[in-house]
Amino acid sequence: MTDFGIIGMASIITAGLTIGIGSIGPALGEGRALAQALQAIAQQPDEANTITRTLFVGLAMVESTAIYCFVVSLILIFANPFWALVTAN
Amino acid sequence: MRLSPDQIVVLQLGPWPINATLVFSWLVMALLVVGSWLVTRRLSPGGAIGSGQNVLEAVVAFLLDQIREVTRQDPEPYLPFVGTLFLYIVTCNVLSVVPGFESPTGSLATATALALCVFVAVPAFGIAKLGLRRYLANYLRPSPFLLPFTVIGELSRTLALAVRLFGNVMSGSVIAAILLSVTPLLFPVVMQAFGLLIGVIQAYIFAILAIVYIASGAELQERRARTLEGEAAT
Repeated sequence: MTDFGIIGMASIITAGLTIGIGSIGPALGEGRALAQALQAIAQQPDEANTITRTLFVGLAMVESTAIYCFVVSLILIFANPFWALVTAN
Repeated sequence: MRLSPDQIVVLQLGPWPINATLVFSWLVMALLVVGSWLVTRRLSPGGAIGSGQNVLEAVVAFLLDQIREVTRQDPEPYLPFVGTLFLYIVTCNVLSVVPGFESPTGSLATATALALCVFVAVPAFGIAKLGLRRYLANYLRPSPFLLPFTVIGELSRTLALAVRLFGNVMSGSVIAAILLSVTPLLFPVVMQAFGLLIGVIQAYIFAILAIVYIASGAELQERRARTLEGEAAT
């Protein structure tokens, strides 16, 4: 197999695995955080503002893990340095 | 596929390429400055206020409220820095629904620059409040062995701040582009509206995290210093 084939195949498979595996953890975490926040709002509706604000900030921090995976997989597909090296030669 | 507006070169000025990121950040800066100047030119302290002044007062009051709730300190010293961050990012993200406008925050360079501002502002506010010696001494608490981890933590949270903003804004535009080629009718509009929500929330989160980093430093140090002085006195 040529260099083109190996690098292309490895990049695409790894990109899929990266985003696939990388989004499992944040998805579970976000679901859990949301469930807890809803429970807290149901128990204390007066504190809904504070809970919602903290929830959004927390969700964004949890979500950033998935965003890192997304950025890495996009780099692998669209801005792969090894691919650029092979096509330049 | 284009991942960031850095790759669109609008103008070549000698050795310096002027790309779309620069042009659109200048546009947003001009919009904010001229808009505020036009509104604040004629301020009235009395009951009958113009609509522009009403909007700006609501924005400033909202920011002051949020900073006060998060830090439980006097919000005035933090307002100029955090408020500017929030207004700049939110304007960039909201304007990205305008066709042809590429949000400057969708470029890693802009996001990194904003995160570096926060990285510099944390010690700046800390030193301004506590003085250089007490601020630096805080790095050695609770134990000098934790110094490397504190430093790594400061660096990695700056990186996370930059990549989070860039990743969210960029993923919004990439998803819109992919959807346009798959289902060109109607569905991209829904995703654009969703992207608008994400953009505002990300701007809010960036500003809130900045104020949390800045204030937690100053406040914690203050409390620790106070307890130490208390121990020394007894």
